[in-house]
Amino acid sequence: MLDKELRSMIGQVKDGRMDRRAFIQRLAAVGLTAPLANQILALGGVAMAQSPSPYPPTKRGGGGPLKLLWWQGPTLLNPHFATGTKDQDGSRLFYEPLASWDVEGNLNPILAAEIPSIQNGGLAADAKSVTWKIKPGVKWHDGKPLTADDLVFTFEYASDPATAAVSISTYADMTVEKVNDLTIRILFKNPTPFWANAFVGAYGCILPKHLFADYKGGKSREAPNNLAPVGTGPYKFVEFKPGDVIRGELYPDYHMPNRPHFDTIEMKGGGDAVSAARAVIQTGEYDFGWNIQVEDDVLLRLEKGGKGKTTYAVGGDIEFIAVNFTDPNTEVDGERSSMKTKHPILSDPKVRQALALLVDREAVKKAIYGRAGRTTANYLNGPEKFVSKNTTWEFSVEKASKLLDEAGWKVGADGIREKDGKKFKLLYQTSTNGPRQKTQAIVKQACQKAGIDVELKSVVASVFFSSDVANPDTYSKFYADIEEFQIPMTQPDPALHMRRYISANVATKENKWQGQNYPRYVNKDYDAAIAAAEVETDLVKRAVLYIKCNDMLWQDTVFIPVMHRLTVDACSNTLQPVVSGWANRTDNIQDWYRGA
Amino acid sequence: MSQYVLRRLLIAIPSLLGISAVLFFVLALAPGDPFSELATNPNVPPEVQAALRAKFGLDDPIYLRYLHWLNAMLHGDWGFSFVSRMDVDKLILQRLPTTLYVIGSAQILALLVAIPVGVYAATRPYSLFDQIANTLAFIGFSLPTFFTGLLFILIFSVNLDWLPFVYSTDIKATGIRWVLEMIRQAIMPVAVLGLFQAASMTRFVRSAMLDVIRLDYITTARAKGLGQAKVIVKHAMRNAMIPVVTLVALQLPAVFGGAIVTEQIFRIPGIGSLLITSILSNDTPVVMAVTFVFACLVVLFNLIADVLYGWLDPRISFR
Repeated sequence: MLDKELRSMIGQVKDGRMDRRAFIQRLAAVGLTAPLANQILALGGVAMAQSPSPYPPTKRGGGGPLKLLWWQGPTLLNPHFATGTKDQDGSRLFYEPLASWDVEGNLNPILAAEIPSIQNGGLAADAKSVTWKIKPGVKWHDGKPLTADDLVFTFEYASDPATAAVSISTYADMTVEKVNDLTIRILFKNPTPFWANAFVGAYGCILPKHLFADYKGGKSREAPNNLAPVGTGPYKFVEFKPGDVIRGELYPDYHMPNRPHFDTIEMKGGGDAVSAARAVIQTGEYDFGWNIQVEDDVLLRLEKGGKGKTTYAVGGDIEFIAVNFTDPNTEVDGERSSMKTKHPILSDPKVRQALALLVDREAVKKAIYGRAGRTTANYLNGPEKFVSKNTTWEFSVEKASKLLDEAGWKVGADGIREKDGKKFKLLYQTSTNGPRQKTQAIVKQACQKAGIDVELKSVVASVFFSSDVANPDTYSKFYADIEEFQIPMTQPDPALHMRRYISANVATKENKWQGQNYPRYVNKDYDAAIAAAEVETDLVKRAVLYIKCNDMLWQDTVFIPVMHRLTVDACSNTLQPVVSGWANRTDNIQDWYRGA
Repeated sequence: MSQYVLRRLLIAIPSLLGISAVLFFVLALAPGDPFSELATNPNVPPEVQAALRAKFGLDDPIYLRYLHWLNAMLHGDWGFSFVSRMDVDKLILQRLPTTLYVIGSAQILALLVAIPVGVYAATRPYSLFDQIANTLAFIGFSLPTFFTGLLFILIFSVNLDWLPFVYSTDIKATGIRWVLEMIRQAIMPVAVLGLFQAASMTRFVRSAMLDVIRLDYITTARAKGLGQAKVIVKHAMRNAMIPVVTLVALQLPAVFGGAIVTEQIFRIPGIGSLLITSILSNDTPVVMAVTFVFACLVVLFNLIADVLYGWLDPRISFR
């Protein structure tokens, strides 16, 4: 029914009988909002609204220097080798993709002449190809013109396994062909409803063929331009010292009018988040400080009478506690947490539900994250259209105790619950990080009240997140009962985010624990829903499928979401940055300006 | 003497080999992986991570990796940074000038404070000056640099707004203004490091001087009718400096090694901050190169100190 109603509404927008805003509001009422509405309209044949961010400067340059402070300095400047966001941020100053994600999760054309849609012939109805038109007249910083050859080359470069590019999977399962000098067509092997991945965002940055052609494949690391980028971006490369500083200057032939606003740009690295906040908010030495993961109390104090403020961007990053479905204490064929075992305590759904009732998310928000977090019951928290409205959470020691009683766990003489002579003891691990240890303490306290004995463990981040097969303390080996960490959502689409937990991805000794399904969750319905969503071309149905997947994770208490985390940056009072929670901080750097 | 130097250099070779082997194996055994940041990124499949490991030879057995490294080092190839994907020697050379400038200035400041204060305090033991100097020295070396550094930032940058606390390697100015800016931004880190060093060195100079000043030949020199200044500077100080030279010579490699904590606080792009970021990101080739160069310098400066003894005190012979 929803489907039919939708189609008629799309028709109304097309004929101009209903305006775009009303359409979006109607969809919001049924829980599917702005970004989805836009994608639906695009598929329905209505061009996506270009979201023009207000940009008052009327001439190029004249903004003076822009000073950025990244407390982890970029260490390399080839976007296809960028291991961390810091490197992507640095590369993005000079290189550009076809389009970037704006604040609401819409596509914003950068090097593309227009965003592909069904109406302009860019999108195929079977979702198996996309045609991108390149903006004419764009020049590389060395004066050579940008053509379709550069895009085809970038695809060949990144998808060649010998190049060892980190963007390889972005360009997998597709071919890119040149249609004419300013048009390319991407042909997907399978129907791909989320087509805006290749050539979009950080891994979409396009490399100049004339400078990298000799360095494709095995010789990739020898390219002199890995450290001296030549791109199409608003700023031209001047100097780079890994881990310390990147400098650039205004590119006078930039392809967007009146941009960029600043004459020079500097990205300084090093130090720590607190002093970065201080240098931006308190002393004003810098204009923008990246990723200010600092306790809210400290930020509020700095902001009093300071020269800057904190800014927040909403994305889909989720901090959660994952539940182990296998037994971490029994070894089978040299492997703990083996798929051949069942967790002796947590395989009971009632126990998992009780555990979820013992995580006081409101207290965690109040005591730790402040303005940088939102409480949530969902694993999937964005974009809006994919967020489930069917889930709830609460904190209640009484209800948890009741559930545990029902499950047969009775309080023993020492206040710890037991069943068949076995004590209710859990090992709770996470990486060493101030907020995480505080969260552990809050959860442990509530568990104690409910008669659960929780042992806390923290592992150094470089070990916890490593893929070291010999180390027992990695998150993927999961030799604990529950564990907490964060998974960032790197694009405004849930496909990769949700795919992790299909049964085929379970982390085992066999795949050297590289499978991404570390809770070892197995649910046939979940697998089927993901498989269906990945080829579903009807965007509404696809959204519904992902919402269903999220609800399954919630129903089965695979995860106990702790906090939906926002990105936090420090920004001078005069700077007007454009930062999207769905992209890199510098993904819209051309639109930054200084104003009152 | 040249024979002595040659012999010492030959002895240095096996010890350096030993040091490099220990460093390499300890680093190889340490947990962590340079590509761990990729692990939580859903865009990057595990195969890419595995391919990268294979490409950089991380899956070879440890002893093979060590031999590769040793062979490359002998040919002047310092290795290749996993994280920056550039040659390690370039990375180090880029940062050396800053470290030499900041840490070198701090050492000079320390010497300029410690020697006069220590010597003067020793000539008047238990006087008011000596008491004050002692108290300050105790305070100086009990306060860690990360504390004094933050204190300086709070006072001079945040409250008074006199000095910048983010060190910048390229200052947009020329001529005298450039020099002034360079000095201005180095004041705080140099003061923090220099005064910390000066504190312990003052105590050292004072006690070395006290030992010498009581000896008979000083009394003789005084009895000869030499002036106080001449006795102290020409006769007492020359001998008192022998232990001080050892101390300074052993601290000189630190000038190259940088100061990890202070560099981090003031964002000085020196060797120390390179070392710490490389350790944190498990960039083994860089860690290996920096620590090995450091080991070489320690060996070298030990030798220089020994040679200097002979010059300061001809009674010490080389055998």
